[in-house]
Amino acid sequence: MSQELYTNLAIFVMSLLVGFEVMSKIPSTLQTPMMSGANAIHGVVVVGAFVIAAEANSWIFYVLAFLGAFFAAVNVAGGYTVTDRMLGMFNRPKKSASKEDENK
Amino acid sequence: MSALTTVASLVYLISAVCYVIGVHLMRSPKTARRGNGLSAVGMFLAVIMIVITIIAEGKITGTGWVVLILGLALGVWYGVARARKVPMTDVPQLVSLFNAVGGGAAAVIGIFDYAVKAGGTHLSVAFSLPVLLDVIIGGITFSGSLIATGKLSGHVPGKPITFPGARLVNVLVVIAILVAAWLMIGLPTNVWFMVLGLIASLVFGLLMTLPIGGADMPVVVSLLNAFTGLAVAFAGFVIDNQVLIIAGALVGAAGTILTLQMADAMNRSVANILAGGFGTGDSATNSTATEVPVNVKETSADDIGLQLAYANNVMIVPGYGLAAAQAQHEVAELAKLLTDNGINVNYAIHPVAGRMPGHMNVLLADVNVPYDQMKQMEEANSMFENTDVSLVIGANDVTNPLARESGNAISGMPILDVDKSKSVVVIKRSMSTGYAGVQNPLFSMDNTQMFFSDAKKGLADIIASTKEYINQ
Repeated sequence: MSQELYTNLAIFVMSLLVGFEVMSKIPSTLQTPMMSGANAIHGVVVVGAFVIAAEANSWIFYVLAFLGAFFAAVNVAGGYTVTDRMLGMFNRPKKSASKEDENK
Repeated sequence: MSALTTVASLVYLISAVCYVIGVHLMRSPKTARRGNGLSAVGMFLAVIMIVITIIAEGKITGTGWVVLILGLALGVWYGVARARKVPMTDVPQLVSLFNAVGGGAAAVIGIFDYAVKAGGTHLSVAFSLPVLLDVIIGGITFSGSLIATGKLSGHVPGKPITFPGARLVNVLVVIAILVAAWLMIGLPTNVWFMVLGLIASLVFGLLMTLPIGGADMPVVVSLLNAFTGLAVAFAGFVIDNQVLIIAGALVGAAGTILTLQMADAMNRSVANILAGGFGTGDSATNSTATEVPVNVKETSADDIGLQLAYANNVMIVPGYGLAAAQAQHEVAELAKLLTDNGINVNYAIHPVAGRMPGHMNVLLADVNVPYDQMKQMEEANSMFENTDVSLVIGANDVTNPLARESGNAISGMPILDVDKSKSVVVIKRSMSTGYAGVQNPLFSMDNTQMFFSDAKKGLADIIASTKEYINQ
Protein backbone atom coordinates (compact mmCIF):
# COMPACT_ATOMS: atom_id res chain seq x y z
CA MET A 1 0.00 0.00 0.00
CA SER A 2 1.41 3.35 -0.98
CA GLN A 3 1.97 6.06 1.61
CA GLU A 4 -0.47 8.34 -0.20
CA LEU A 5 -3.27 5.77 -0.16
CA TYR A 6 -2.63 4.96 3.48
CA THR A 7 -2.80 8.63 4.48
CA ASN A 8 -6.02 9.16 2.54
CA LEU A 9 -7.57 6.02 3.99
CA ALA A 10 -6.69 7.10 7.52
CA ILE A 11 -8.22 10.53 6.89
CA PHE A 12 -11.33 8.87 5.46
CA VAL A 13 -11.86 6.55 8.42
CA MET A 14 -11.20 9.27 11.01
CA SER A 15 -13.64 11.62 9.26
CA LEU A 16 -16.30 8.91 9.29
CA LEU A 17 -15.81 8.55 13.05
CA VAL A 18 -16.01 12.32 13.54
CA GLY A 19 -19.22 12.34 11.47
CA PHE A 20 -20.83 9.67 13.63
CA GLU A 21 -19.74 11.43 16.80
CA VAL A 22 -20.74 14.98 15.90
CA MET A 23 -24.19 13.88 14.78
CA SER A 24 -25.51 11.99 17.80
CA LYS A 25 -29.13 12.91 18.63
CA ILE A 26 -30.55 15.74 16.57
CA PRO A 27 -33.81 17.38 17.74
CA SER A 28 -36.43 16.52 15.13
CA THR A 29 -37.06 20.24 14.56
CA LEU A 30 -33.62 20.50 12.99
CA GLN A 31 -33.54 17.28 11.00
CA THR A 32 -34.68 18.81 7.72
CA PRO A 33 -32.29 21.81 7.93
CA MET A 34 -29.50 19.46 9.02
CA MET A 35 -30.03 17.23 6.02
CA SER A 36 -29.98 20.26 3.78
CA GLY A 37 -26.83 21.58 5.49
CA ALA A 38 -25.03 18.25 5.06
CA ASN A 39 -26.18 18.28 1.45
CA ALA A 40 -24.49 21.66 0.98
CA ILE A 41 -21.24 20.37 2.52
CA HIS A 42 -20.84 17.62 -0.06
CA GLY A 43 -20.99 20.48 -2.56
CA VAL A 44 -17.23 20.62 -1.80
CA VAL A 45 -17.09 18.39 -4.87
CA VAL A 46 -16.86 21.75 -6.69
CA VAL A 47 -13.14 21.70 -5.80
CA GLY A 48 -12.88 18.52 -7.85
CA ALA A 49 -14.62 20.22 -10.76
CA PHE A 50 -11.82 22.85 -10.78
CA VAL A 51 -9.21 20.09 -10.76
CA ILE A 52 -10.64 18.28 -13.77
CA ALA A 53 -11.24 21.53 -15.69
CA ALA A 54 -7.53 22.27 -15.28
CA GLU A 55 -6.65 18.95 -16.90
CA ALA A 56 -9.16 19.02 -19.76
CA ASN A 57 -7.65 19.27 -23.25
CA SER A 58 -10.13 17.84 -25.77
CA TRP A 59 -13.81 18.43 -26.44
CA ILE A 60 -15.13 15.37 -24.61
CA PHE A 61 -13.16 16.36 -21.50
CA TYR A 62 -14.36 19.95 -21.80
CA VAL A 63 -17.93 18.65 -21.85
CA LEU A 64 -17.27 16.58 -18.72
CA ALA A 65 -15.59 19.53 -17.00
CA PHE A 66 -18.56 21.75 -17.85
CA LEU A 67 -21.03 19.20 -16.50
CA GLY A 68 -19.01 18.72 -13.33
CA ALA A 69 -18.72 22.47 -12.73
CA PHE A 70 -22.43 23.04 -13.39
CA PHE A 71 -23.65 20.17 -11.20
CA ALA A 72 -21.31 21.00 -8.33
CA ALA A 73 -22.15 24.72 -8.44
CA VAL A 74 -25.90 24.00 -8.27
CA ASN A 75 -25.27 21.72 -5.28
CA VAL A 76 -23.07 24.08 -3.32
CA ALA A 77 -24.73 27.44 -4.06
CA GLY A 78 -28.31 26.18 -3.88
CA GLY A 79 -27.59 24.01 -0.84
CA TYR A 80 -26.21 26.80 1.33
CA THR A 81 -28.86 29.29 0.21
CA VAL A 82 -31.85 27.08 0.97
CA THR A 83 -30.39 25.93 4.31
CA ASP A 84 -29.81 29.52 5.35
CA ARG A 85 -33.36 30.45 4.36
CA MET A 86 -34.78 27.63 6.45
CA LEU A 87 -32.67 28.43 9.49
CA GLY A 88 -33.32 32.16 9.18
CA MET A 89 -36.96 31.46 9.89
CA PHE A 90 -36.16 30.18 13.36
CA ASN A 91 -34.36 33.40 14.25
CA ARG A 92 -37.07 35.94 13.50
CA PRO A 93 -37.82 38.39 16.31
CA LYS A 94 -40.42 36.75 18.51
CA LYS A 95 -43.76 38.29 19.31
CA SER A 96 -44.38 38.74 23.01
CA ALA A 97 -45.19 35.43 24.59
CA SER A 98 -45.52 36.77 28.10
CA LYS A 99 -49.10 35.62 28.54
CA GLU A 100 -48.16 32.07 27.92
CA ASP A 101 -45.34 32.21 30.41
CA GLU A 102 -47.67 33.52 33.14
CA ASN A 103 -49.89 30.52 32.66
CA LYS A 104 -47.13 28.07 33.34
CA MET B 1 6.08 19.64 -0.58
CA SER B 2 6.24 22.93 -2.39
CA ALA B 3 5.21 26.09 -0.57
CA LEU B 4 1.94 26.13 -2.48
CA THR B 5 0.91 22.57 -1.58
CA THR B 6 1.78 23.26 2.06
CA VAL B 7 -0.41 26.35 2.14
CA ALA B 8 -3.17 24.52 0.24
CA SER B 9 -3.11 21.60 2.69
CA LEU B 10 -3.38 23.97 5.65
CA VAL B 11 -6.23 25.93 4.08
CA TYR B 12 -8.09 22.68 3.32
CA LEU B 13 -7.55 21.64 6.91
CA ILE B 14 -9.08 24.89 8.18
CA SER B 15 -11.96 24.45 5.81
CA ALA B 16 -12.54 20.89 7.06
CA VAL B 17 -12.55 22.15 10.65
CA CYS B 18 -15.20 24.70 9.62
CA TYR B 19 -17.46 21.88 8.36
CA VAL B 20 -17.10 19.82 11.52
CA ILE B 21 -17.76 22.74 13.87
CA GLY B 22 -20.52 23.94 11.53
CA VAL B 23 -22.34 20.61 11.75
CA HIS B 24 -21.83 20.62 15.49
CA LEU B 25 -23.42 24.08 15.83
CA MET B 26 -26.35 23.00 13.67
CA ARG B 27 -27.55 20.66 16.39
CA SER B 28 -29.12 23.50 18.38
CA PRO B 29 -31.77 25.92 17.04
CA LYS B 30 -29.95 28.92 18.57
CA THR B 31 -26.63 28.33 16.82
CA ALA B 32 -27.80 26.45 13.73
CA ARG B 33 -27.68 29.39 11.35
CA ARG B 34 -24.20 30.37 12.50
CA GLY B 35 -23.16 26.75 12.00
CA ASN B 36 -24.34 26.77 8.41
CA GLY B 37 -22.60 30.11 7.89
CA LEU B 38 -19.34 28.75 9.28
CA SER B 39 -19.57 25.76 6.98
CA ALA B 40 -20.11 28.16 4.04
CA VAL B 41 -16.99 30.09 5.08
CA GLY B 42 -15.06 26.82 4.97
CA MET B 43 -16.42 26.18 1.50
CA PHE B 44 -15.41 29.67 0.36
CA LEU B 45 -11.84 29.14 1.62
CA ALA B 46 -11.57 25.81 -0.21
CA VAL B 47 -12.77 27.38 -3.48
CA ILE B 48 -10.36 30.34 -3.17
CA MET B 49 -7.50 27.91 -2.54
CA ILE B 50 -8.24 25.76 -5.57
CA VAL B 51 -8.49 28.87 -7.78
CA ILE B 52 -5.05 29.99 -6.58
CA THR B 53 -3.68 26.48 -7.08
CA ILE B 54 -4.80 26.06 -10.68
CA ILE B 55 -3.63 29.56 -11.59
CA ALA B 56 -0.22 28.86 -10.05
CA GLU B 57 0.08 25.50 -11.80
CA GLY B 58 -0.84 27.16 -15.08
CA LYS B 59 -1.87 23.93 -16.79
CA ILE B 60 -5.44 24.96 -17.51
CA THR B 61 -6.18 25.95 -21.12
CA GLY B 62 -8.18 28.97 -22.24
CA THR B 63 -11.08 26.75 -23.21
CA GLY B 64 -10.76 25.09 -19.81
CA TRP B 65 -11.33 28.46 -18.12
CA VAL B 66 -14.30 29.18 -20.36
CA VAL B 67 -16.12 25.89 -19.66
CA LEU B 68 -15.26 26.10 -15.96
CA ILE B 69 -16.52 29.64 -15.49
CA LEU B 70 -19.56 29.07 -17.69
CA GLY B 71 -20.51 25.90 -15.80
CA LEU B 72 -20.00 27.53 -12.41
CA ALA B 73 -21.87 30.71 -13.32
CA LEU B 74 -24.87 28.83 -14.71
CA GLY B 75 -24.85 26.46 -11.74
CA VAL B 76 -24.69 29.21 -9.13
CA TRP B 77 -27.39 31.19 -10.92
CA TYR B 78 -29.71 28.22 -11.23
CA GLY B 79 -29.09 26.89 -7.70
CA VAL B 80 -29.51 30.23 -5.97
CA ALA B 81 -32.59 31.15 -8.03
CA ARG B 82 -34.31 27.87 -7.17
CA ALA B 83 -33.29 28.09 -3.49
CA ARG B 84 -34.55 31.67 -3.14
CA LYS B 85 -37.89 31.08 -4.81
CA VAL B 86 -38.87 27.67 -3.50
CA PRO B 87 -41.98 27.67 -1.29
CA MET B 88 -41.20 26.02 2.04
CA THR B 89 -43.59 23.16 1.26
CA ASP B 90 -41.39 22.15 -1.70
CA VAL B 91 -38.05 22.14 0.13
CA PRO B 92 -37.74 18.34 0.36
CA GLN B 93 -37.71 17.84 -3.40
CA LEU B 94 -35.30 20.73 -3.92
CA VAL B 95 -32.83 19.25 -1.44
CA SER B 96 -33.18 15.97 -3.30
CA LEU B 97 -32.44 17.72 -6.60
CA PHE B 98 -29.32 19.37 -5.14
CA ASN B 99 -28.30 15.96 -3.88
CA ALA B 100 -28.75 14.44 -7.33
CA VAL B 101 -26.43 16.96 -8.99
CA GLY B 102 -23.88 16.55 -6.18
CA GLY B 103 -23.79 12.81 -6.88
CA GLY B 104 -23.63 13.56 -10.60
CA ALA B 105 -20.63 15.87 -10.14
CA ALA B 106 -18.81 13.22 -8.09
CA ALA B 107 -19.48 10.62 -10.80
CA VAL B 108 -18.25 13.02 -13.50
CA ILE B 109 -14.90 13.39 -11.70
CA GLY B 110 -14.44 9.62 -11.60
CA ILE B 111 -15.46 9.29 -15.26
CA PHE B 112 -13.03 12.03 -16.24
CA ASP B 113 -10.04 10.58 -14.44
CA TYR B 114 -10.69 7.08 -15.74
CA ALA B 115 -11.24 8.32 -19.31
CA VAL B 116 -8.04 10.40 -19.21
CA LYS B 117 -6.11 7.21 -18.54
CA ALA B 118 -8.15 5.11 -20.98
CA GLY B 119 -6.54 3.19 -23.81
CA GLY B 120 -4.82 0.22 -22.25
CA THR B 121 -3.11 1.70 -19.20
CA HIS B 122 -2.68 -0.72 -16.29
CA LEU B 123 -4.11 0.93 -13.23
CA SER B 124 -3.19 0.19 -9.64
CA VAL B 125 -6.04 -0.97 -7.42
CA ALA B 126 -5.35 2.10 -5.29
CA PHE B 127 -6.62 4.18 -8.20
CA SER B 128 -9.15 1.94 -9.92
CA LEU B 129 -11.07 0.98 -6.78
CA PRO B 130 -11.90 4.57 -5.71
CA VAL B 131 -12.80 5.45 -9.33
CA LEU B 132 -15.13 2.49 -9.46
CA LEU B 133 -16.83 3.31 -6.13
CA ASP B 134 -17.08 6.98 -7.07
CA VAL B 135 -18.73 6.33 -10.46
CA ILE B 136 -21.10 3.64 -9.19
CA ILE B 137 -22.25 5.36 -6.00
CA GLY B 138 -22.43 8.72 -7.79
CA GLY B 139 -24.50 7.17 -10.58
CA ILE B 140 -26.91 5.53 -8.14
CA THR B 141 -27.49 8.73 -6.17
CA PHE B 142 -27.88 10.78 -9.36
CA SER B 143 -30.72 8.73 -10.86
CA GLY B 144 -32.17 7.69 -7.49
CA SER B 145 -32.38 11.28 -6.22
CA LEU B 146 -33.95 12.49 -9.46
CA ILE B 147 -36.70 9.88 -9.05
CA ALA B 148 -37.11 10.91 -5.40
CA THR B 149 -37.42 14.55 -6.52
CA GLY B 150 -40.06 13.51 -9.06
CA LYS B 151 -42.01 11.53 -6.49
CA LEU B 152 -41.98 14.34 -3.93
CA SER B 153 -43.06 16.93 -6.48
CA GLY B 154 -45.70 14.70 -8.07
CA HIS B 155 -44.08 14.40 -11.53
CA VAL B 156 -43.56 10.72 -10.84
CA PRO B 157 -46.49 8.88 -9.21
CA GLY B 158 -45.93 8.67 -5.45
CA LYS B 159 -47.27 5.15 -5.20
CA PRO B 160 -44.81 2.27 -5.25
CA ILE B 161 -44.07 1.34 -8.86
CA THR B 162 -43.34 -2.31 -9.48
CA PHE B 163 -43.51 -4.48 -12.57
CA PRO B 164 -43.42 -8.21 -13.19
CA GLY B 165 -39.89 -9.55 -13.24
CA ALA B 166 -38.50 -6.55 -11.34
CA ARG B 167 -36.59 -8.89 -9.07
CA LEU B 168 -34.89 -10.57 -12.02
CA VAL B 169 -33.96 -7.22 -13.56
CA ASN B 170 -32.50 -6.16 -10.21
CA VAL B 171 -30.34 -9.25 -10.10
CA LEU B 172 -29.15 -8.68 -13.68
CA VAL B 173 -28.27 -5.05 -12.91
CA VAL B 174 -26.29 -6.04 -9.83
CA ILE B 175 -24.44 -8.66 -11.92
CA ALA B 176 -23.70 -5.98 -14.55
CA ILE B 177 -22.24 -3.72 -11.85
CA LEU B 178 -20.08 -6.54 -10.48
CA VAL B 179 -18.85 -7.43 -13.99
CA ALA B 180 -18.02 -3.78 -14.68
CA ALA B 181 -16.20 -3.63 -11.35
CA TRP B 182 -14.15 -6.70 -12.19
CA LEU B 183 -13.32 -5.37 -15.67
CA MET B 184 -12.30 -1.94 -14.37
CA ILE B 185 -10.09 -3.30 -11.61
CA GLY B 186 -8.70 -6.41 -13.28
CA LEU B 187 -8.05 -5.33 -16.85
CA PRO B 188 -6.21 -2.48 -18.60
CA THR B 189 -8.39 0.59 -19.00
CA ASN B 190 -11.15 0.66 -21.56
CA VAL B 191 -13.80 3.39 -21.57
CA TRP B 192 -16.56 0.90 -22.34
CA PHE B 193 -15.99 -0.93 -19.05
CA MET B 194 -16.77 2.29 -17.27
CA VAL B 195 -19.77 3.07 -19.48
CA LEU B 196 -21.19 -0.34 -18.55
CA GLY B 197 -20.69 0.38 -14.84
CA LEU B 198 -22.20 3.86 -15.17
CA ILE B 199 -25.31 2.72 -17.04
CA ALA B 200 -25.86 -0.22 -14.69
CA SER B 201 -25.59 2.05 -11.64
CA LEU B 202 -27.98 4.62 -13.14
CA VAL B 203 -30.52 1.84 -13.76
CA PHE B 204 -29.92 0.53 -10.25
CA GLY B 205 -30.72 3.98 -8.81
CA LEU B 206 -34.03 4.02 -10.71
CA LEU B 207 -34.99 0.50 -9.68
CA MET B 208 -34.08 1.17 -6.08
CA THR B 209 -36.24 4.29 -5.74
CA LEU B 210 -39.27 3.54 -7.95
CA PRO B 211 -40.81 0.82 -5.70
CA ILE B 212 -40.66 3.05 -2.62
CA GLY B 213 -43.79 4.94 -1.57
CA GLY B 214 -43.85 8.73 -1.55
CA ALA B 215 -44.28 8.95 2.22
CA ASP B 216 -40.99 7.13 2.75
CA MET B 217 -39.14 9.43 0.34
CA PRO B 218 -37.69 11.76 3.03
CA VAL B 219 -35.79 8.85 4.56
CA VAL B 220 -34.63 7.78 1.09
CA VAL B 221 -33.48 11.32 0.30
CA SER B 222 -31.49 11.37 3.51
CA LEU B 223 -29.95 7.98 2.71
CA LEU B 224 -29.00 9.09 -0.81
CA ASN B 225 -27.54 12.23 0.75
CA ALA B 226 -25.21 10.02 2.79
CA PHE B 227 -24.37 8.07 -0.39
CA THR B 228 -23.40 11.26 -2.18
CA GLY B 229 -21.09 12.08 0.73
CA LEU B 230 -19.31 8.77 0.18
CA ALA B 231 -19.15 9.30 -3.59
CA VAL B 232 -17.54 12.70 -2.98
CA ALA B 233 -15.05 11.14 -0.55
CA PHE B 234 -14.05 8.57 -3.21
CA ALA B 235 -13.73 11.38 -5.76
CA GLY B 236 -11.27 12.84 -3.24
CA PHE B 237 -9.22 9.61 -3.37
CA VAL B 238 -9.28 9.77 -7.18
CA ILE B 239 -7.89 13.30 -7.43
CA ASP B 240 -5.89 12.98 -4.19
CA ASN B 241 -7.62 15.90 -2.50
CA GLN B 242 -8.09 15.64 1.27
CA VAL B 243 -10.81 18.24 1.69
CA LEU B 244 -13.12 16.13 -0.49
CA ILE B 245 -12.29 13.03 1.54
CA ILE B 246 -12.93 14.73 4.88
CA ALA B 247 -16.13 16.55 3.90
CA GLY B 248 -17.47 13.55 1.99
CA ALA B 249 -16.84 11.09 4.82
CA LEU B 250 -18.30 13.57 7.31
CA VAL B 251 -21.53 13.82 5.31
CA GLY B 252 -21.55 10.07 4.69
CA ALA B 253 -21.41 9.28 8.41
CA ALA B 254 -23.59 12.15 9.61
CA GLY B 255 -26.15 11.40 6.88
CA THR B 256 -26.31 7.76 7.93
CA ILE B 257 -27.06 8.70 11.55
CA LEU B 258 -29.65 11.23 10.41
CA THR B 259 -31.30 8.61 8.19
CA LEU B 260 -31.57 6.18 11.09
CA GLN B 261 -33.05 8.87 13.34
CA MET B 262 -35.60 9.91 10.72
CA ALA B 263 -36.66 6.30 10.12
CA ASP B 264 -36.90 5.86 13.87
CA ALA B 265 -39.13 8.92 14.27
CA MET B 266 -41.44 7.53 11.58
CA ASN B 267 -41.49 4.14 13.29
CA ARG B 268 -39.99 2.48 10.21
CA SER B 269 -36.78 0.59 9.64
CA VAL B 270 -34.47 1.53 6.78
CA ALA B 271 -34.47 -2.09 5.60
CA ASN B 272 -38.29 -2.12 5.40
CA ILE B 273 -38.31 1.13 3.50
CA LEU B 274 -35.83 -0.14 0.93
CA ALA B 275 -37.84 -3.35 0.54
CA GLY B 276 -40.49 -0.95 -0.75
CA GLY B 277 -44.14 -1.15 -1.61
CA PHE B 278 -45.57 -0.06 1.72
CA GLY B 279 -46.83 3.49 2.13
CA THR B 280 -48.19 5.43 -0.78
CA GLY B 281 -48.07 8.80 0.95
CA ASP B 282 -51.01 9.74 -1.23
CA SER B 283 -53.63 8.39 1.11
CA ALA B 284 -54.23 11.88 2.50
CA THR B 285 -55.54 12.95 -0.87
CA ASN B 286 -57.16 9.63 -1.70
CA SER B 287 -60.83 9.98 -0.85
CA THR B 288 -61.97 6.41 -1.35
CA ALA B 289 -63.30 5.78 2.15
CA THR B 290 -62.99 2.26 3.47
CA GLU B 291 -65.49 0.98 6.03
CA VAL B 292 -66.43 4.19 7.78
CA PRO B 293 -66.57 3.77 11.57
CA VAL B 294 -69.91 4.35 13.24
CA ASN B 295 -70.74 7.23 15.59
CA VAL B 296 -68.88 9.85 13.63
CA LYS B 297 -70.26 13.28 14.44
CA GLU B 298 -70.00 15.89 11.73
CA THR B 299 -69.81 19.54 12.56
CA SER B 300 -69.81 22.88 10.74
CA ALA B 301 -67.42 25.80 10.48
CA ASP B 302 -69.98 27.86 12.37
CA ASP B 303 -69.98 25.51 15.35
CA ILE B 304 -66.18 25.28 15.42
CA GLY B 305 -65.97 29.08 15.42
CA LEU B 306 -68.25 29.18 18.45
CA GLN B 307 -66.20 26.57 20.33
CA LEU B 308 -62.94 28.39 19.61
CA ALA B 309 -64.26 31.82 20.52
CA TYR B 310 -65.28 30.59 23.99
CA ALA B 311 -62.26 28.40 24.72
CA ASN B 312 -59.40 29.29 27.04
CA ASN B 313 -56.76 26.90 25.79
CA VAL B 314 -56.59 25.80 22.18
CA MET B 315 -54.11 23.28 20.80
CA ILE B 316 -53.53 23.12 17.07
CA VAL B 317 -52.32 19.75 15.76
CA PRO B 318 -50.99 20.22 12.23
CA GLY B 319 -50.29 17.25 9.95
CA TYR B 320 -49.45 16.21 6.43
CA GLY B 321 -52.85 17.42 5.14
CA LEU B 322 -52.03 20.97 6.23
CA ALA B 323 -48.70 20.86 4.42
CA ALA B 324 -50.27 19.32 1.31
CA ALA B 325 -53.04 21.95 1.21
CA GLN B 326 -50.47 24.72 1.92
CA ALA B 327 -52.79 26.02 4.63
CA GLN B 328 -50.06 27.31 6.95
CA HIS B 329 -51.02 30.95 6.34
CA GLU B 330 -54.63 30.30 7.30
CA VAL B 331 -53.67 28.41 10.44
CA ALA B 332 -51.35 31.22 11.54
CA GLU B 333 -54.10 33.77 10.87
CA LEU B 334 -56.61 31.80 12.97
CA ALA B 335 -54.10 31.43 15.80
CA LYS B 336 -53.35 35.15 15.75
CA LEU B 337 -57.05 36.00 15.80
CA LEU B 338 -57.47 33.83 18.90
CA THR B 339 -54.35 35.04 20.74
CA ASP B 340 -55.30 38.65 20.07
CA ASN B 341 -58.50 37.93 21.95
CA GLY B 342 -56.79 36.48 24.97
CA ILE B 343 -57.09 32.81 24.05
CA ASN B 344 -54.04 30.71 24.72
CA VAL B 345 -52.98 28.95 21.50
CA ASN B 346 -50.23 26.40 21.05
CA TYR B 347 -49.16 23.99 18.34
CA ALA B 348 -48.55 20.32 19.10
CA ILE B 349 -45.91 19.15 16.67
CA HIS B 350 -45.27 15.48 16.19
CA PRO B 351 -41.66 14.71 15.17
CA VAL B 352 -42.77 13.46 11.76
CA ALA B 353 -45.63 15.89 11.07
CA GLY B 354 -45.45 17.36 7.59
CA ARG B 355 -43.39 15.86 4.83
CA MET B 356 -40.22 15.07 6.72
CA PRO B 357 -39.02 15.30 10.32
CA GLY B 358 -38.92 18.90 11.42
CA HIS B 359 -40.58 20.12 8.25
CA MET B 360 -43.70 21.37 10.09
CA ASN B 361 -41.57 23.67 12.25
CA VAL B 362 -40.06 25.17 9.11
CA LEU B 363 -43.49 25.68 7.53
CA LEU B 364 -44.91 27.37 10.64
CA ALA B 365 -41.81 29.49 11.22
CA ASP B 366 -42.19 30.67 7.63
CA VAL B 367 -45.58 32.23 8.49
CA ASN B 368 -44.25 33.90 11.67
CA VAL B 369 -45.59 31.48 14.25
CA PRO B 370 -43.61 32.30 17.42
CA TYR B 371 -41.09 29.58 18.15
CA ASP B 372 -42.30 29.19 21.76
CA GLN B 373 -45.84 28.34 20.63
CA MET B 374 -44.53 25.25 18.85
CA LYS B 375 -44.61 22.49 21.42
CA GLN B 376 -42.69 19.30 20.77
CA MET B 377 -44.44 16.03 21.49
CA GLU B 378 -43.48 15.48 25.13
CA GLU B 379 -44.39 19.01 26.17
CA ALA B 380 -47.61 19.01 24.16
CA ASN B 381 -48.71 15.73 25.69
CA SER B 382 -48.47 17.22 29.17
CA MET B 383 -50.77 20.07 28.06
CA PHE B 384 -53.68 18.18 26.45
CA GLU B 385 -55.53 17.59 29.74
CA ASN B 386 -55.94 21.34 30.18
CA THR B 387 -56.84 21.92 26.55
CA ASP B 388 -60.43 22.94 25.79
CA VAL B 389 -60.31 22.42 22.04
CA SER B 390 -57.77 20.43 20.06
CA LEU B 391 -57.90 21.38 16.40
CA VAL B 392 -56.46 18.49 14.37
CA ILE B 393 -55.71 19.67 10.84
CA GLY B 394 -54.90 17.00 8.29
CA ALA B 395 -53.18 14.75 10.82
CA ASN B 396 -54.19 11.15 11.31
CA ASP B 397 -51.78 8.40 12.34
CA VAL B 398 -49.84 10.63 14.74
CA THR B 399 -53.03 11.05 16.81
CA ASN B 400 -54.24 7.44 16.63
CA PRO B 401 -54.80 6.03 20.15
CA LEU B 402 -54.44 2.49 18.70
CA ALA B 403 -50.68 3.07 18.86
CA ARG B 404 -50.91 2.49 22.62
CA GLU B 405 -52.25 -1.02 22.02
CA SER B 406 -50.39 -3.94 20.58
CA GLY B 407 -50.97 -5.91 17.44
CA ASN B 408 -51.44 -3.31 14.71
CA ALA B 409 -49.31 -1.46 12.15
CA ILE B 410 -48.68 1.54 14.38
CA SER B 411 -48.25 -0.18 17.76
CA GLY B 412 -45.58 1.51 19.78
CA MET B 413 -45.38 4.61 17.63
CA PRO B 414 -45.17 7.71 19.84
CA ILE B 415 -48.37 9.72 19.39
CA LEU B 416 -49.91 13.01 20.47
CA ASP B 417 -52.48 12.38 23.23
CA VAL B 418 -55.15 14.46 21.50
CA ASP B 419 -57.91 12.22 22.89
CA LYS B 420 -57.18 13.53 26.41
CA SER B 421 -58.36 17.05 25.63
CA LYS B 422 -61.90 18.15 26.52
CA SER B 423 -63.02 18.48 22.92
CA VAL B 424 -61.45 17.48 19.62
CA VAL B 425 -62.21 18.94 16.20
CA VAL B 426 -60.72 17.14 13.21
CA ILE B 427 -60.46 18.90 9.87
CA LYS B 428 -59.93 16.28 7.21
CA ARG B 429 -60.95 15.75 3.63
CA SER B 430 -62.54 12.35 4.17
CA MET B 431 -62.60 9.36 6.48
CA SER B 432 -59.78 7.70 4.54
CA THR B 433 -57.04 6.13 6.60
CA GLY B 434 -53.61 7.65 7.03
CA TYR B 435 -50.34 6.44 5.66
CA ALA B 436 -50.29 3.36 7.89
CA GLY B 437 -53.70 2.23 6.57
CA VAL B 438 -55.20 1.88 10.07
CA GLN B 439 -58.63 3.22 11.08
CA ASN B 440 -58.43 5.94 13.71
CA PRO B 441 -60.82 5.42 16.68
CA LEU B 442 -60.20 9.03 17.70
CA PHE B 443 -62.64 10.08 14.98
CA SER B 444 -65.55 8.20 16.54
CA MET B 445 -64.95 9.20 20.16
CA ASP B 446 -67.66 11.02 22.12
CA ASN B 447 -65.74 14.26 22.41
CA THR B 448 -64.62 14.30 18.75
CA GLN B 449 -66.29 16.16 15.92
CA MET B 450 -65.33 15.87 12.27
CA PHE B 451 -65.27 18.71 9.77
CA PHE B 452 -64.82 17.33 6.27
CA SER B 453 -63.01 19.89 4.20
CA ASP B 454 -59.78 20.78 2.51
CA ALA B 455 -57.57 22.33 5.20
CA LYS B 456 -57.17 25.66 3.41
CA LYS B 457 -60.84 26.23 2.62
CA GLY B 458 -62.06 24.82 5.94
CA LEU B 459 -59.78 27.10 7.92
CA ALA B 460 -60.90 30.14 5.93
CA ASP B 461 -64.53 29.32 6.85
CA ILE B 462 -63.59 28.79 10.50
CA ILE B 463 -61.74 32.12 10.62
CA ALA B 464 -64.83 33.87 9.26
CA SER B 465 -67.18 32.28 11.80
CA THR B 466 -64.77 32.77 14.72
CA LYS B 467 -64.57 36.48 13.88
CA GLU B 468 -68.35 36.76 14.09
CA TYR B 469 -68.53 35.19 17.54
CA ILE B 470 -65.60 37.17 18.89
CA ASN B 471 -67.09 40.45 17.67
CA GLN B 472 -70.48 39.78 19.23
